[in-house]
Amino acid sequence: MKPIVLALAALVAPAALAADQPAVDPARVEATVKAAFRSAPPDWQPRLIPDETLKECSATDNSPTAAQFEAIQKREAATIRYPDDGNFVGDWKKGERLAQSGYGLRFTDYPPRNPNGGNCFACHQMTRQEVSYGTIGPSLLGYGKARGTAPEALKTVYEKIYNPHATFACSLMPRFGTNKVLTVEQIKDLVALLMDPASPVNQ
Amino acid sequence: MRRPLALLAAGTLAALALAALPQTPSRAQDGETEKAIERYRQMLKDDPWSNPGLLDADRGEALWSRRRGPQNVSLEACDLGRGPGQVEGAFAELPRYFADADQVMDLETRLLWCMEKLQGFNRSDLLKRPHPAGGQPVKELGAIATWVASKSGGAKFAAPLGHPKEKDAVALGQALFERRSGPFDFSCTTCHAEPGKRIRLQGLPHLANPDEARKVIGEWPAYRVSSTHVMTMQHRLYDCYWQMRMPELEFGSEVSVALVAYLVNKAAGGEITAPAIKR
Repeated sequence: MKPIVLALAALVAPAALAADQPAVDPARVEATVKAAFRSAPPDWQPRLIPDETLKECSATDNSPTAAQFEAIQKREAATIRYPDDGNFVGDWKKGERLAQSGYGLRFTDYPPRNPNGGNCFACHQMTRQEVSYGTIGPSLLGYGKARGTAPEALKTVYEKIYNPHATFACSLMPRFGTNKVLTVEQIKDLVALLMDPASPVNQ
Repeated sequence: MRRPLALLAAGTLAALALAALPQTPSRAQDGETEKAIERYRQMLKDDPWSNPGLLDADRGEALWSRRRGPQNVSLEACDLGRGPGQVEGAFAELPRYFADADQVMDLETRLLWCMEKLQGFNRSDLLKRPHPAGGQPVKELGAIATWVASKSGGAKFAAPLGHPKEKDAVALGQALFERRSGPFDFSCTTCHAEPGKRIRLQGLPHLANPDEARKVIGEWPAYRVSSTHVMTMQHRLYDCYWQMRMPELEFGSEVSVALVAYLVNKAAGGEITAPAIKR
């Protein structure tokens, strides 16, 4: 019976897709994008091309199937590079400046005049002092206080910032490490901002 | 002097309202913050003549009927969909398919086409710097678009979907709206897929939801207080892609038109209030 069920599923699937997915050929979407951003310099071309993970996330409106979810997390976890010295925690003060800064990678940011920022406050509440925070991501107030400073907890936060898809496939958050938005040192500073007991996040 | 003063006063009151907020964030404070921002918006809206965008609409009206370009003709022969020179209500029925160009066009793309084909302007010149820098007034095409949109004030969005290419533009727009790429992995849905979200203090409309799309799409072209000029819808999309760390979106591109088609389709039945005032 199994092959028949599978065959039926294959027949039904495209119709179900057509109901909530636009009937647009993906290749055409890509060609349209290429044409609309044709002034992009050659080294910006990769920005126009979604990788496998982004393709799957976009096609499923960020709700991948269970199988895709597993595969994405495995694939993305493999991209994470760890600090050479095994230390995940930097300077929370530097981290706070990074969290405030939205500088970098916009087409008006060249040649770079500042390091790239993480712009964390754009989407997350993080400290009591900063009332101008966004709500696309969850509040991170007291993040470290709730999790402690055990090495495994620090490593988990590092991984979450480096590549959020490794722990939650199709997360809306940028892959700051994998996409080379932030350096390993910068990510360590953000880990400190979240986890250091002295950080304003944990006051 | 009255207009800038009115704006300044509104801005100052809003800043005071925001500064008066308690310093301990909470869910309740989120609500207070939203209310303070809403008061600021309301103050900007209360005096419709305080809207500097109306000056650009006036400029656009003069530009429409002035003989310009290498052909030295006005745009009065430009067909925005209701026949040559018919401006009243035209914006409410855009984007639409134009047989002469064999493509779907939104208002700005259609004006680009008329300025090229009728007035003889060089297309690549018009594409070079289509949007104003901060503090600079909206470009001529944008001023004309502001006026044309204002001539559909009070009308409701009713873009036609009878032509297959019109349906196709909406579907393409949806695919683009949901498409993630770039160094931040963003799509339009990153910010606009849920109700009640903010970037910093700026509220984000859930644009796939017709109720929310109807409230905001008809506001564009709009005078934007933070950049002190009128921003057209295509400029708004260009600015979103800037924020998304994507390259410069080409004016009049198929991506621009398809996204406008998708948004206007979501906003179908929504009232046109352009030029509105935005933060």
